[in-house]
Amino acid sequence: MDLNIIWFLLVGILIIGYAILDGFDLGVGSVYLFAKFKERDIARNSIAPVWDGNEVWLITGGGALFAAFPMVYATAFSGFYLALILLLFALIFRAISLELRNNFQSESTKTLFDWVFSISSIVAIVLFGVAVGNVLSGLNVDKSGNYVGTFFDLLNPYSILVGVLAFFMLSYQGTVWLFLKTEDEFQQKVKNWAKIYWSGYLILFVICTLLTYVLHKNLFHNYLAHPLMLVVPLLALIFMLASIIRIQKNQALCAIIASSLSIAMVILTAYLSLFPNLIIAKNPAYSLNIYNAASSQLTLETMLIIALIGMPIVLIYTIYSYRVFHGKTKIEEGY
Amino acid sequence: MDVELLSRIQFGLTAGFHFIYPPLTIGLGVLIAIIEFMYLKTNDEIYRKMADFWAKLFAINFVIGVATGIVMEFEFGTNWSNYARFVGDIFGSPLAAEGVFAFFLESTFLGLYLVGKNRLSRFMRFFSFLMVAFGSTLSALWILIANSWQQTPAGYKVEGGRAVLTNFWAAVFNPTMPSMYLHTVDASFITGAMFMAGVSAYFLIKGKNLELAKRSLKLAVVFGVIVSILQLFPFGDESARVVAKTQPEKLASFEGLFKTQSKAPLLVFGVPDPSQNKMLVEVSIPGALSYLADHNVNAVVKGIDAFPKDDLPPMTLTFYSFHLMVALGTLFILTFLVGIYLLYKKKIYTTKPFLTVLWAFIPLPYIANELGWITTEVGRQPWAVYGLLRTKDAFSPLPAGDVWFSLIGFTLVYAVLFGVFLYLTIHTVKSFKMD
Repeated sequence: MDLNIIWFLLVGILIIGYAILDGFDLGVGSVYLFAKFKERDIARNSIAPVWDGNEVWLITGGGALFAAFPMVYATAFSGFYLALILLLFALIFRAISLELRNNFQSESTKTLFDWVFSISSIVAIVLFGVAVGNVLSGLNVDKSGNYVGTFFDLLNPYSILVGVLAFFMLSYQGTVWLFLKTEDEFQQKVKNWAKIYWSGYLILFVICTLLTYVLHKNLFHNYLAHPLMLVVPLLALIFMLASIIRIQKNQALCAIIASSLSIAMVILTAYLSLFPNLIIAKNPAYSLNIYNAASSQLTLETMLIIALIGMPIVLIYTIYSYRVFHGKTKIEEGY
Repeated sequence: MDVELLSRIQFGLTAGFHFIYPPLTIGLGVLIAIIEFMYLKTNDEIYRKMADFWAKLFAINFVIGVATGIVMEFEFGTNWSNYARFVGDIFGSPLAAEGVFAFFLESTFLGLYLVGKNRLSRFMRFFSFLMVAFGSTLSALWILIANSWQQTPAGYKVEGGRAVLTNFWAAVFNPTMPSMYLHTVDASFITGAMFMAGVSAYFLIKGKNLELAKRSLKLAVVFGVIVSILQLFPFGDESARVVAKTQPEKLASFEGLFKTQSKAPLLVFGVPDPSQNKMLVEVSIPGALSYLADHNVNAVVKGIDAFPKDDLPPMTLTFYSFHLMVALGTLFILTFLVGIYLLYKKKIYTTKPFLTVLWAFIPLPYIANELGWITTEVGRQPWAVYGLLRTKDAFSPLPAGDVWFSLIGFTLVYAVLFGVFLYLTIHTVKSFKMD
């Protein structure tokens, strides 16, 4: 395995880590308004100590993409310009409304912050999904790697459908997290929400997969060449079902592990279909792959050393932090 | 307006706004870590209450820094894609390393500290905040490695129209990195010291939270006098000398030095007129600039006349930002020296005029930080990467309408953020009562 493949995988791991971890706190934001005013304190407190660390997976993933595949970073970020600007606004509003809500006293201000928090969470999730949808459909890029097209070209039906899949997937992840962190009446309520979201998650995963086969057959190339790889989408389905069964049996920890693994497999399914490309251009000659879009071997090697030293330490104290906050969230804990 | 200019305005706006927050995170972070250490050592409840209060202000500042920081990482790709392609092989690594080594650390431990207080031992409280402070100073290191490389590229070769890494450590320890890092982090320490001193002074003026205010003021003044003097010498001095050596046209613009000369004068006060290439008013110390640049009064210092017009930064902005920054730095030293004198005379807690000065001076280090940033970054123009890539070749070819949309959006969103920040900070200070 060469360094380019290693970095293809490592960028994938960062994306998956981000989707699983920030996924549950974005998901909590997505279902947040269904909770009663009092219950919202628990929902917020359950993610308060960890959401910011979770978001660092995005920042590190962006940095890693910039460092390992700068051509992809440049093309994707400038190509998705307006979508990413909207995403940035959503992430800004989300951070502020979550962290600073309780610095205000009046109930109406708090309610306003609640709405901002929930809507910005949903907008962020859908935009992530739409971006993935566009990467899968292929982009119209020119010879110098610049995107040719408008913001509204990005809002094609296929990509929007992937955005809806992301919405159900991460909202489900959020409800499973809440199921883990809540008790009694609120937990029962969360369990009912979970049914809606897992149904949507399951159905849309199947629809998107079939639609991809119809619209973007090229993405099945790797799977048809190596049928063993089909185990990945199969595992995605198995983990989805496992999570659903576990939540029915009130086994919250197993449910969230299974749901996290299902997210990993869904993303991996899409990610592996791109290989060795990262951006598929409408004109195949302009596609950006892990070789023509990569940094030098020296940079990839240096970055690998940085990752091998840094990430184990990150994992150790991240696990420590989750252990400190393990168990049911209490209403008085928070900012 | 063309896309290049719009993207420059947007980057200036978003970077300048973001840079309001990290210096306080770094400076106040170190001071809170010291307070937590005192609490660990003495088990005196006052220290815990002090830490809790300052951490509250820290948290408000921190979240806005985080929220506006992601924008910066995205913009290299969204608005400066040709820059990203050119420097990606070198510039991306420190950004990724900043995430791995610094952002994870500070955000995870801040979450632990703020929410987990009741679950943590006194030692873990101290340790958590120490990691927050350590993470934020480390984050400054990585981002300044990236930034300083733009000023003085090293450890690379240009190949196929891209800068390609040849020596990682040479790129990291490029000529401006050490002085720029120390200068910036020390500026952050001054910001933290002045903030803590000013807020404590406010409490003393109002006769509230006296025990907390006295201890905090003492800590801030002692810390402040040390860091503000270090800023003049060696950090500021060293920064200027490195610029003289590596970016002589920038130094010439700082100093308004139009003619190449030996025994070059150091301006005390001056009004340059770039259109006529001369100073309209000038009060200066002969030979002092030569001495500053090379520790030798006879050294020849290159003036504006030594460079092609196309390679020169806009002079007026660079010149005034630099001189105002130096003047403010001097003012901080004087302020903290007066503070130390009053502390020694045991009069500091009751000298109202001085306390009022401290309270009024809170914005000044922020202004000095912004001026220093303008000096460095505007002084780098017309280059995005000094000597290698011009700013006009670095931006993304976007539709102007898209950039107008984002620029107006950021202006509005940041105006709201700034309002929320000011309101909450002032409200938190005014309404705070130590029980």
